[in-house]
Amino acid sequence: MTTTAPAEAAVGEAPSGAAKPGPRRRPGRIRRIGLPYLLLLPALLLELLVHLVPMVIGIVMSFKELTQFYIRDWGAAPWSGLDNYKVSVDFDAPVGEALLHSFLVTVAFTLLSVGLCWLIGTAAAVYLQDNFRGRGLLRALFLIPYALPVYAAVITWVFMFQHDNGLVNHVLHDQLHLTDKPSFWLIGDNSFWALLTVSVWKGWPFAFLIVMAGLQNIPGELYEAAALDGAGMWQQIRRITLPSLRPVNQVLLLVLFLWTFNDFNTPFVLFGRSAPAAADLISVHIYQASFVTWNFGTGSAMSVLLLLFLLVVTGAYLLLTSRGRKPAHG
Amino acid sequence: MRRTRAAAAGAVTVSLMTLVTACGGGSSTSGGSNDSPKTLTYWASNQGASIEVDKKVLQPELDKFEKQTGIKVKVEVVPWSDLLNRILTATTSGQGPDVLNIGNTWSASLQATGALLPWNAKNFAAIGGKDRFVDSALGSTGAQGQDPAAVPLYSMSYALYYNKEIFADAGITKPPATWDELVADGKKIQAKGKSALGAEGANLSENIHHVFVFAKQHGGDFFTPDGKPDFANDNVVAAVKQYVDLMAKDKVIPTGDAEYAQNQSVSDFAKGNQAMLLWQSASANLKSQGMSEDKYGIAPVPVQSGTPGTGTQVNSAVMGINLAVFKNTDNIDGAKKFVKFMTGDAEQKILNTAYSSIPPVKTVQGGTTFSSGANAVLKDTLATSAAALPQVADESQFETAVGTAVKDLFADAAAGRAVTTESVKAALEKAQQQMPTK
Amino acid sequence: MASTNSPMAPPRSFFWSRRIFLTLLTGFVLLPVYVMVSSSLKPLADVTGEFHWLPSEVTIRPYIDIWSTIPLARYFVNSLIVAGAATVCSVVIAVFAAYAVSRYEFHGKRVFTVTVLSTQMFPGILFLLPLFLIYVNIGNATGIALFGSRGGLILTYLTFSLPFSIWMLIGYFDSVPRDLDEAALVDGCGPLGALFRVVVPAAIPGIVAVAVYAFMTAWGEVLFASVMTNDATRTLAVGLQGYSTLNNVYWNQIMAASLVVSVPVVAGFLLLQRYLVAGLTAGAVK
Repeated sequence: MTTTAPAEAAVGEAPSGAAKPGPRRRPGRIRRIGLPYLLLLPALLLELLVHLVPMVIGIVMSFKELTQFYIRDWGAAPWSGLDNYKVSVDFDAPVGEALLHSFLVTVAFTLLSVGLCWLIGTAAAVYLQDNFRGRGLLRALFLIPYALPVYAAVITWVFMFQHDNGLVNHVLHDQLHLTDKPSFWLIGDNSFWALLTVSVWKGWPFAFLIVMAGLQNIPGELYEAAALDGAGMWQQIRRITLPSLRPVNQVLLLVLFLWTFNDFNTPFVLFGRSAPAAADLISVHIYQASFVTWNFGTGSAMSVLLLLFLLVVTGAYLLLTSRGRKPAHG
Repeated sequence: MRRTRAAAAGAVTVSLMTLVTACGGGSSTSGGSNDSPKTLTYWASNQGASIEVDKKVLQPELDKFEKQTGIKVKVEVVPWSDLLNRILTATTSGQGPDVLNIGNTWSASLQATGALLPWNAKNFAAIGGKDRFVDSALGSTGAQGQDPAAVPLYSMSYALYYNKEIFADAGITKPPATWDELVADGKKIQAKGKSALGAEGANLSENIHHVFVFAKQHGGDFFTPDGKPDFANDNVVAAVKQYVDLMAKDKVIPTGDAEYAQNQSVSDFAKGNQAMLLWQSASANLKSQGMSEDKYGIAPVPVQSGTPGTGTQVNSAVMGINLAVFKNTDNIDGAKKFVKFMTGDAEQKILNTAYSSIPPVKTVQGGTTFSSGANAVLKDTLATSAAALPQVADESQFETAVGTAVKDLFADAAAGRAVTTESVKAALEKAQQQMPTK
Repeated sequence: MASTNSPMAPPRSFFWSRRIFLTLLTGFVLLPVYVMVSSSLKPLADVTGEFHWLPSEVTIRPYIDIWSTIPLARYFVNSLIVAGAATVCSVVIAVFAAYAVSRYEFHGKRVFTVTVLSTQMFPGILFLLPLFLIYVNIGNATGIALFGSRGGLILTYLTFSLPFSIWMLIGYFDSVPRDLDEAALVDGCGPLGALFRVVVPAAIPGIVAVAVYAFMTAWGEVLFASVMTNDATRTLAVGLQGYSTLNNVYWNQIMAASLVVSVPVVAGFLLLQRYLVAGLTAGAVK
């Protein structure tokens, strides 16, 4: 791994001083300073237009009393100071209590879903690394859940989870006799598990895809060297594969976490605009608070609180993971 | 260096924001203009078996309108799942259709946004006068004391649909007129191995329509006369409990219905597995599912005493679709002409026949087409024993909060948990606390 | 391929655990797919009644009806255009941005990467209204119709997939040895030449993975599509809901339509597969 070592030193570190020309770079100084910004420009403009400005507007909205009386001309909506936030975090009152409950459900759901998606995806990628008969077919099959439009995939699960006519109850109750009576999956407490199942089914192929692409970049010499040291297959996976995947995993786990946390499509198609309490994910909850009850101010305040929470989590995560990143990567 | 860049970025953001806020909203507060007098955009709601069916029903009529007036109407049939969101975004941005269909229960909520053209005497005069429309339909066009926000287009009411064959098998000679009779008949039907009554336990709107009527029958209201939510009063609690008890205690609604939200109960009925259905204007729907009209009978929805009427004898909400005009339309005269056309005698007859609804226009409603068979029951109900849902600005929130509470109570009943007066009261109190406070 | 280089034969435990794991996983993945296929061949009465593994009678009727219940063909074309264009633009823009971050040092690099990532944290619902406002105002100010058009949707979706694409590509580019592009620079290629002749080819699996992701983001999005499209520009993700009408849920048609529209996508994935596992070129590793 000595081949890439010199290049490594330049990555990520040295936020400012490194703009000085390195010894190996040829092009003129001005071009070198301008070029990266030029390369970033399209991405920056788009992010500004579609993400950042709307985000700032959303934050502004959270300080306004934006009910149906004002949406037509929301510039004229009265400022409400921190009222929307106070309502959201007053955990003794129903609105805050419901938000807290929804938040906790979402945390539990996200951790389970991301963990399972990553585990299944990585295991499948590692198992499919070797060539064997049927590998190509399996790889194709595994991508199907990802290739289906979300609506189609989730509505199929709705079809399977039906109480009276669904496959799940048909198998569990009619054929295997595991339950005394058919269970409800789309309402009541089981809905959490229904949601988790769909989320994992739909989400793991993405982890599989990313890890599979990451595995391609692990140089074969590493395995050879480990094998010479007498490391078996399992040890190779533990000592070479997983550490080499660290940079990929670092981003993968983070975005899986963020997406699952903010996932709207799955619960919305599964349960409609009012999710059962056991599966009341925060995104649908906020959607209800803003679009269904037409209070965009409170909805925005909840979103901002969510944003702050995710910022803290992400910051802590990045801090913790990049500390160990360098030696593992090099 | 870095600080200046951050400041620059901040400045760009702020100026962009100002741009957005400055232009934001439906800028014109006037009564619209006539800048493009030759075209109209029309959002129709999905009334028929599918969106494609609706287009086939509407297009020939719009062609007629174009022939008469030279105004081309671009119609888009918006699915129910999207309609309210589309209206909200249109309201916020000022970028919407000229004319649109709204569910009549949304009237007061949308009226509060100020985006819809108020139908004052002058505007009503342009379409032939307010007194063309029946009173019950006008009662669901906006808050009391204000000019209506919309004009009635199609009217509907609930009725009890029953399967004649199942009734005959179970030895039932006439449809139940009281809830006690309904429960008793239900037991007879269940003894024959069929399910008795269908419900859409997870459909918030259906739940609202039913508990609203039950509340009326218990002499209760969800809102105080001055428009404040009052969900947990004894009458309302008793009403909600009676509805949920149809599943929890009386067991005439199968527990599986607790998760229904996509009209599965209509399918159950159409397939002949279920004896009774409480539904609004279901004929066209049942026909499309292959159930012919001679297979089922239609009776008024039961009331506590047996004779529908006003007050505690109410047995349906006033259901229907209203036609509204966006205030900032750029073809205000054309829009009014179009409303006049759609509510005119000829179109009312054609469209309401196609959708098996009742015309809210007096002259047409009296005609023979709407006075026979199924239509007679629906029409009588509308005329004598239907009440408008609360015409308050918070109606939309009310539907969500209370509809969800009832959904959860059904889920409890389905899971075998007890549904008691206390648990109903608690659920409704929680719903009330989620309502906006002003 | 990496582990095929391993001189040691894997232990037996690896083989049996692999067999069990892959069998279970295949079952899990295929169960809904089986339900889709079998239900799409059932008459409506079968899918609205009690579940059975096999159709009472096999009918291809749903495959005929899907085209008339909703304008499926138009929705499909819309989706292909929107998702295709969003993917191409997103990947190109992300490649540029990731190259800049991976290979250059400049002021604001940290700020850029962290800001880009932070956009993934705000719930999409709250973008909806502001973004809609922005598009409408751009339309009013410049005459460019973004709202209701495919263009607006393409712009939105390509930006949705951009942050993750950039982050992921930074990772993949970082793992391409720098000596390679340094060598290209020495050989007289400009920085862009080095990017497209050396870095991009070496990072093909990552780029394909990112492209697939960008495509699927645009392909499945429901919320923004439901508000930002009209009848003419509606995409599949929203359009498929048309099978669930006021009267009935046409389960068999939903399943048939889902299969019909997914077949080309899955086929496309299959074609891309060999790039996904192409790996580094031999010269690059040695």
